[in-house]
Amino acid sequence: MNLEVLSPDRRVSVRAVLVPRRPGLLLLPALVWLGLFFFVPLALMLAISFAWRGTYGGVEWTLSLANYVNVLDPLYLKVFLRSVLLAAVTTAVCLVLGFPIAYYIARLPARRQGIWLLLVMIPFWTNFLVRTYAWIFILRTEGLVNTVLISLGLIGSPIDVLYTETAIVIGLVYGYLPFMILPLYAAVERLPPSLVEAAWDLYASRWAVLRRVIVPLTKPGLVAGCILVFIPSLGAFMTPDLMGGARTMMIGNLIQHEFLVARDWPFGSAISLVLMALVLLGLAIYLRVEGAGKRPATEWMSR
Amino acid sequence: MAESSVELRDVSKRHGDTLAVDRVSLVIRRGEFFAILGPSGSGKTTILRMLAGFESPDAGDILIDGRSVRGVPPNRRSVNLVFQTYALFPHLTVAGNIAFGLEMRRVPAAEIAARVAEALDMVRLQGKQDRLPAQLSGGEQQRVALARALVNRPAVLLLDEPLGALDQQLRMDMQVELKTIQERVGLTFICVTHHQEEALTMSDRVAVMRQGRLLQVGSPRDIYEAPQSAFVANFIGRSNSLTGRIETVNGLRCTLRAADLPAAALVAATCPAGAGIGSPATLMLRPERLHLSADVQVDGYDNMLPARVCKAIYNGSETQYLLALSDRLSWQVLVPNVGNGQKRFQPGESVFLRWRADDAVVMPE
Repeated sequence: MNLEVLSPDRRVSVRAVLVPRRPGLLLLPALVWLGLFFFVPLALMLAISFAWRGTYGGVEWTLSLANYVNVLDPLYLKVFLRSVLLAAVTTAVCLVLGFPIAYYIARLPARRQGIWLLLVMIPFWTNFLVRTYAWIFILRTEGLVNTVLISLGLIGSPIDVLYTETAIVIGLVYGYLPFMILPLYAAVERLPPSLVEAAWDLYASRWAVLRRVIVPLTKPGLVAGCILVFIPSLGAFMTPDLMGGARTMMIGNLIQHEFLVARDWPFGSAISLVLMALVLLGLAIYLRVEGAGKRPATEWMSR
Repeated sequence: MAESSVELRDVSKRHGDTLAVDRVSLVIRRGEFFAILGPSGSGKTTILRMLAGFESPDAGDILIDGRSVRGVPPNRRSVNLVFQTYALFPHLTVAGNIAFGLEMRRVPAAEIAARVAEALDMVRLQGKQDRLPAQLSGGEQQRVALARALVNRPAVLLLDEPLGALDQQLRMDMQVELKTIQERVGLTFICVTHHQEEALTMSDRVAVMRQGRLLQVGSPRDIYEAPQSAFVANFIGRSNSLTGRIETVNGLRCTLRAADLPAAALVAATCPAGAGIGSPATLMLRPERLHLSADVQVDGYDNMLPARVCKAIYNGSETQYLLALSDRLSWQVLVPNVGNGQKRFQPGESVFLRWRADDAVVMPE
């Protein structure tokens, strides 16, 4: 419902009360915070990424691209590729699991939606590390899953799922699923049910209703959810560290390793910045493609 | 081909604790403009949603073109609904919206283009095919919604309060236009509305519903002039009522002694079927069937009662008088404003009310 149409006067009064004479000042606290603790460190990282590692782990100030060339080493490229793949699989699984949940919650009566949203967010009340350890107890060889499956006679010997890429995806999906559900819920909640009925009435199968009406109209939520899951999954280091074991390293682990173990800050900075550039590039390509296809001609019109 | 387009057989539907539709049986003929009229909560929208396939009856059966549609989902029914809120797809253009149903049924592209153009033409939206719904006025959105349904040439077109969101002038124009379009395409239209004027103007037949029950089905004229219950008489148009007991019966004529009138007053009326002397009855009389005069006149009218003018309301095309017939009985009269020499009555004035016996409808209690 458009508030402006309903009460034009009200809008004016809200404006007069809530917007200060110099609205720019509202940005100041956040700008100072971001400036001090985000842009300055980022600039430092950029500077360091062109430097050399000192013999004992310090930073030797030079201007060299050697760190960036190093990133192209097949060994590291493989880590990048694996990270992108695992993050993509995580995002896809979250989408498939999260969409039906979000749709279900958004179609509940308003007073029951709150309970469900609370249930979605409850895991956040417990420390992430503790929750990850809980998963280890569930998945390990003599853990809950294997014990139950063996006692039911479904499997003969324990499944070694812990310390594999599957375990990483399980951990990441578990951790980031709410970030998919919440924006999707907000998008579906705004979708009038009559549009779904209208499509159904106009001979669309359930699949066609989803593809032609629900997905296009909840796209902002879909995109937001995917970004919110993909980006932190790409940079995750705790889940792969604890659940992926020593064999499967993701970019997050590599960066952590360079900074804390190898004490090679310049190389660690370079990897971090490449990761960041990749993410921004991905977003830019998406926005470009999306912008170009803003008014898609329907099939029959193009002939 | 079956003569009936839609048939409801003893259909019931329960919503929680309330019986939304209560054993409704109805036959709607092919090519008919049929209105289902009733106040909110009368079950008319539930019937529409069952015809569209969004809900299914708890009991009874629905036949479309002679075939039961039990278990057939909306996308497999040759029925299209024009939503009250229009429900246009905001991400598709006008043409994209209209083409949606044809695309879903995989109609060849060339035919889609031709039929969309034809539909745009019919609702007079040529040149607006590339607009998005948000760029259209309410009346234009309404036309797109209509075209989007019509273009599929369904066996039955359903309209849910089709003109509810339009302003008065546009509503009257669209009533005529909808009827014209319906006659041109020859499809069965079923329109649900709580607006009696809409139902009377557009439809060939009207069904009046209340609390899930079907009260009366008939032509607009039947419904208006021969209501079978007080509810129908009061819901369709305005009505004056008089309750009393039948005093004498003489063939088709009877006299009624009214409870709220002085003891001497007897009212002559048409005798309702099956009514005998002493049985209670209600007389309903339309405000425009009453005639007012300042003096006693006996020129072919069967009834004359004295009254006092309480209020005179000028409505433009007519003047509405509120009259007191006794302490407990007040009626209204509509007098068309036809000329300058016309007599105007002032509040407080004494007048005489006259009407013909067959202009009133008498219903046994």
